[in-house]
Amino acid sequence: MFYRVSGQFKTSYESDMALFPVKQDAILLAFILALFYVAFPMMASEFTYKALLVPVLIYALAAMGLNILTGYAGQLSLGTAGFMGVGAYACYKITSIFPEVNIVVALLLSGCFSAAVGVAFGLPSLRIKGFYLAIATLAAQFFLVWLFEKWAWLYNFNASGAIEVKGHEFFGLVITGPNAAPITQYYFVLVCVTVVSFAMINITRGRFGRVWKAVRDMDIAAELVGINLMRAKLSAFAVSSYVVGIAGALLVFFWKGAAEPNLFDIPLSFKVLFIAIIGGLGSIIGNFLGALLIVALPVLLNLLPGVLGLEINSATLEHINVMIVGALIVFFLIVEPHGLARLWALIREKLIIWPFPH
Amino acid sequence: METLYQIFADPFVQIVSAPDFFLQVLWEGLVSGVLYALIALGFVLIFKSSRIFNFAQGIMVVFAALTLVGLHENGVPAWLAVPLTLGVMYLLALSVERVVLRPLVGQPDIILFMASIGVTMFLIGFGEFVFGGENKAMITAELGIPTGSIEFFPFGGFVLIEQKDLTAVIMAVLLVLCLLLFLNKTAMGRAIRALGDDHQAALSVGISLSKIWVLVWFIAGVIALATGIVWGARAGVSFALEVIAYKALPVLMLGGLESVSGAIIGGIAIGLLEKIFEIYWGQPLFGGNTETWFAFILALIVLLFRPQGLFGERIIERV
Repeated sequence: MFYRVSGQFKTSYESDMALFPVKQDAILLAFILALFYVAFPMMASEFTYKALLVPVLIYALAAMGLNILTGYAGQLSLGTAGFMGVGAYACYKITSIFPEVNIVVALLLSGCFSAAVGVAFGLPSLRIKGFYLAIATLAAQFFLVWLFEKWAWLYNFNASGAIEVKGHEFFGLVITGPNAAPITQYYFVLVCVTVVSFAMINITRGRFGRVWKAVRDMDIAAELVGINLMRAKLSAFAVSSYVVGIAGALLVFFWKGAAEPNLFDIPLSFKVLFIAIIGGLGSIIGNFLGALLIVALPVLLNLLPGVLGLEINSATLEHINVMIVGALIVFFLIVEPHGLARLWALIREKLIIWPFPH
Repeated sequence: METLYQIFADPFVQIVSAPDFFLQVLWEGLVSGVLYALIALGFVLIFKSSRIFNFAQGIMVVFAALTLVGLHENGVPAWLAVPLTLGVMYLLALSVERVVLRPLVGQPDIILFMASIGVTMFLIGFGEFVFGGENKAMITAELGIPTGSIEFFPFGGFVLIEQKDLTAVIMAVLLVLCLLLFLNKTAMGRAIRALGDDHQAALSVGISLSKIWVLVWFIAGVIALATGIVWGARAGVSFALEVIAYKALPVLMLGGLESVSGAIIGGIAIGLLEKIFEIYWGQPLFGGNTETWFAFILALIVLLFRPQGLFGERIIERV
């Protein structure tokens, strides 16, 4: 009823393969965009920006990058946080060496650095597969974090060993540093994420995406039909690390404001991997659903005792929080191993034929 | 020139000029290598029998050690605390099989891997909730582990061997021997290996999948307890112990995911090499702390030449 497709005729291959083959999908997307661009900013407080909206967007972006690699190209990676770190440190160096460079240019360039590092660590994927590759990407994770600690040039020889973001202006608006208003930062991140998501949706629908999926489903078969495996795998590593790097730069510049090397340690990698898997491997929308769940859940769980009027000290609450998140991950994997995106696809199919059973 | 000298000549000059210190380094490397091998063994057993890359092995070490110390703190004598801890590990194996593994039978590897990370998080939260997050001392003396040290004087030098390290090595060797006997000589052990070779064939001759899984997770729990005791005696019991689980991963890469002997040899090799690299190359050239990544890079280089690890089963590709 809400999703009725009758009357929407497809008369050409192009229209059948269009971005929105069903008109209601476009309306739904417009509604969600309106929610993010208009409705949320109208009711959000500073806490909501810092604890909920901005993290959800940034984590979704990082998970999207990982999803390109793991979900579309089938290469399991545990080094995401390391590549995020490369993006963040590259952006920091670019803005401190060339302070007059526009922040957007710096962001785009820092993505290139993490893409290069990603390709370098992606080279073993030509020989190594499966879990061996996953452990191999851990090499990147540990090596990069060690590098962030030991290479003092990276953090401008700061005594604290951390990078601190100074105020940058974007056409007269202060968008980073302590003086930036949360709402401008939110809009900046939102625009970045929208643009990158749009690009990723189209890349995965196009030739690249189809090549990656062929490699994921069976790489030898893909090779036999004439796909250049090296180019396919390395391009997946490059695109994935590019997006992940931008997410890392956004994380430091527009959310945390400062970062120590251990921010990019392995728990961050796992968090991003969780989001990608809970959201659904091989989907773009899943990353947002997953990020919403993984980021919002601890925030809500923290608020819960206050609502119920229970007195629990914060350390205990933190432990229970970790416990519940762990249990929920297992629960979601059991209930729907293909992630929230698949759940949405099922609901959508039901809606299309609703209220009739067939 | 200076750098080249530091890379190619200086370390060997140091080794020759102070052989006693080199022996000390070797011993330290051997002890940590044995512990890596133990953890890797837990991984291998579970991977062989159920194709699950069990990330929770590291946290099981912490959990077992914490349970032991926690029980003792609450007045349980040490001789009773050990079997009780084993009981807890059995319950853990039982519930993991029942709650996590059974509903996920037949899912892709990555889903099972994520589930084991979910179990890890649950155990971290649960352990901190029950036992608190602070560092605790292992009940070394109560368990009868000697704490003195033995001194040697080879080459006119001086080598110090802590007795608890010696105990650790002996215990690990005994444990591995028992395990090998169990796997090769008993019906249960043969069933585990059969399951590792071929799931369906094993099922068709009447081997119970769920029983073997509980058994394997329990064995992993026993190994975890042993590792927890000896590592805890060295460094105290806290959740920081969890990082040694990461150290077992390059061991697995080097030795191969399915090979018991690979885990042992790989563990010892990595323990030795990373210690030697850290002392003679890492500290003078890179500013130290190279142990976090050296093993991974080493394993990566080995994998480039042998993608299935040194002792892993040959990967046969079918289309």
